[in-house]
Amino acid sequence: MAPVSKRPDPERRFKQVGTRPLRPDGVDKVTGRAKFGADFVLPGMLIAKVLRSPHPHARIRAIDTSTAEVLQGVKAVVTRDDFPDPMSDETMTGEGDESLRDIVRNVMAREKALYEGHAVAAVAATSAAVARRALAAIEVDYEVLPHVTDVDEAMRPEAPVLHDDMFTAGVEPKPERPSNIAKRYDITLGDVAEGFAKAEVVVEREFKTEAVHQGYIEPQACLASYGEDGQAELWCCTQGHYFVRNACAKILGMDISRLRVTASEIGGGFGGKTTVFIEPVALALSRKAGRAVKLVMGRDEVFRATGPTSSTSMRVKLGATADGRITAGQAELKYQGGAFAGSPVQWGAMSAFACYDLEHVEVVGYDVVANRPKAAAYRAPGSPMAAYAVESVVDELAAKLGMDPIELRLKNATREGTQAAYGPKFGPNGLVATLKAAREHAHYGAPLGPGQGRGVASGFWFNFGGETCVSLNANQDGTVVLSMGTPDIGGSRAAQCLIAAEELGIPYDKVRAIVADSSSLGYNDMTGGSRVAFAVGLATIQAARGLVETLCARAAGIWGIPPEAVVWEDGHAKPAGANAGAFDPLSLEDIAKVAANTGGPIAGHAEINAEGAGVSFGTHLVDVEVDKETGRVSVLRYTVIQDAGKAIHPSYVEGQYQGGAVQGIGWALNEEYVYGDDGRLQNPGFLDYRVPVASDVPMIDTVIVEVPNPGHPYGVRGVGETPIVPPLAAVANAVAKATGVRMTTLPMSPPRVWQALQAAAGVGPGSGPEG
Amino acid sequence: MVRVMLGGSLKNSAGGLSEFDVEAGTIRELLTRLGDQQPQLKPILDKGVAVAIDGQIYRNAWLEPVPPDSEVFILPRLAGG
Repeated sequence: MAPVSKRPDPERRFKQVGTRPLRPDGVDKVTGRAKFGADFVLPGMLIAKVLRSPHPHARIRAIDTSTAEVLQGVKAVVTRDDFPDPMSDETMTGEGDESLRDIVRNVMAREKALYEGHAVAAVAATSAAVARRALAAIEVDYEVLPHVTDVDEAMRPEAPVLHDDMFTAGVEPKPERPSNIAKRYDITLGDVAEGFAKAEVVVEREFKTEAVHQGYIEPQACLASYGEDGQAELWCCTQGHYFVRNACAKILGMDISRLRVTASEIGGGFGGKTTVFIEPVALALSRKAGRAVKLVMGRDEVFRATGPTSSTSMRVKLGATADGRITAGQAELKYQGGAFAGSPVQWGAMSAFACYDLEHVEVVGYDVVANRPKAAAYRAPGSPMAAYAVESVVDELAAKLGMDPIELRLKNATREGTQAAYGPKFGPNGLVATLKAAREHAHYGAPLGPGQGRGVASGFWFNFGGETCVSLNANQDGTVVLSMGTPDIGGSRAAQCLIAAEELGIPYDKVRAIVADSSSLGYNDMTGGSRVAFAVGLATIQAARGLVETLCARAAGIWGIPPEAVVWEDGHAKPAGANAGAFDPLSLEDIAKVAANTGGPIAGHAEINAEGAGVSFGTHLVDVEVDKETGRVSVLRYTVIQDAGKAIHPSYVEGQYQGGAVQGIGWALNEEYVYGDDGRLQNPGFLDYRVPVASDVPMIDTVIVEVPNPGHPYGVRGVGETPIVPPLAAVANAVAKATGVRMTTLPMSPPRVWQALQAAAGVGPGSGPEG
Repeated sequence: MVRVMLGGSLKNSAGGLSEFDVEAGTIRELLTRLGDQQPQLKPILDKGVAVAIDGQIYRNAWLEPVPPDSEVFILPRLAGG
């Protein structure tokens, strides 16, 4: 059938899309029946454990596994020697392009251990206790090297260099010496010198943010079974089991078709489960042992060895005329991405000034490596940090100009036709609508008490579509099974059931959605990039319309009239008009139960590369109260306003808004990777790495703005990432209002806020803004 | 002839040049001919880029038509979490 027209139909009145039915996975999850990564078992399976480097930076001279291998109960040991070194600079495309060479070295350390927790060897044994004993029996000969964990320190010429072959890309001429700066990015629009010359008010600030973890509740877990015939199965929690399949096959030298990966239910990912860590290791152990192998990370391993996001060091400068027109924006962004190149600084640089219609912009970004775990994607990778710096400076600019911060933003806001600093012009978007909704919201005018302050900030994310497959199979009883290839993290089964039900005209509970394994559908990109509601939705619409076409053809055959004389209305095939003949309507069930007699099973399917994802903007309001004696910041009220284009299942959209806001609050106030001078992580557990819990935050209010995306027939935009972009700055702006002190380092934990207040009062060392 | 601009962090990837005229009817033709014209860009183009045509960003659409008077930017491939 022809591709679906993407233009939204403004006249369309939805019957099911936009309603809030119960989630299909709800009962399983609240009863504990849902199967997560660690819940899979196979007869005779072994338990695997990973030996990790205690050193943040060390050359691995030798690994002796001989004693471990002969321990009773040990069935396999793997080290770097079991993972061939890719000879090319091939990349694997998942959430961005990752170097295969780096993936292999991150899965298992090769020449050097590059961070504390870097995997060095792994054991599969008949019990966890035996596996632990075997790890203790492995002897690793390390040459301990100097280390660096801070981004600014890592950029110094005298810093210990992680990779002797890392010469900063993006600078001419090529540097003569290797360094920890993997790449320099720059984005320019106009001439910032000219822009600043027109400015009557200029604000410039430096900021630092600490690395934060995605904080998913479920640690990485998998079960691998590698057969003697070279065929393998893998069950794991992941945001993209097709990527896992392709990456593992590549690493282990397998044909893709010989590896079948099934995604479990997933206890959170937020970008952190978009690559491989333990999956190739479990498969390698299973291949060697000839038995199934289960490998589950502990929480400390999750913190030490899976990707947090970057720590950063940033400088932002904005200039404006006295009447509030921003004349230029300039930023320098340094993002530390862990032990390998690939921090999200590029996205930070592109999104930094996306909320503003600026004539003159200059952003320079540095991708920096340090002795920390390799950064992984985290909701809107790179954007929250840049937004923290830019939106903080916008707030200060408003104060200096004597303008309301929302009015200043409205005066300079990105609109349809605004040229982005990164190149193209924006299409229709909802930034102005979210700002106006924020201004009119009761929250914005509510009175504040002493010691309280209100902050506002906006945020942006690009969104994308990607490769997607959907199959819809009509059953003989009139129900439909929808098979999709993207793990359901944010409610996509419910959303896709709603879309299928809407298109087919059947009740929501007649559609059952499943996440199919990697051998059942064509390739699917990951669940990430805020793509699933948009891209899988497009595929579901196309598959459903194909199914309807077949249903109409079958009805036509039954009635003996041409297929084009049949229409599909309200879940029934009907004659198109009086001339088509007088026939009683046939329901989906009527047609499906006689499918065997009319040509066989009835299905619809779609295999697409979804293009046309619309950009996403949001604006947040937050009230805080600061305890000046302890430095504790309490969030009193929080409102998220974001453009969803069209909300398929509004409860899930609100859930994304709320979840992003709470993660952003944690980033702003408490969460941080704390490293000792020894380069070791000091807080690898939820007791010391403090994520917000329900009692820490108020009910997060939400407002769904709907400015249709012209690239989707319903107008859908992705919503999952933008909600984490504004909170860092919104909270910082609220704290500044409450205290008169501008916090320029995250997190704004009680000791840091207290010290800043003391300094501002002239009691402690330093004075003025906290550094 | 299509006017192609390098956007985002690719802007300075061609030795100071950032705008090119390319004869192309589709994204694939555009990328192939741009790589032929500017060999220093070829490794970047081969690794994968996004193409924005009149503000609409395409990540992997070789066959998408490129109207002759459209505004075209080559961008880094977009990702997400």
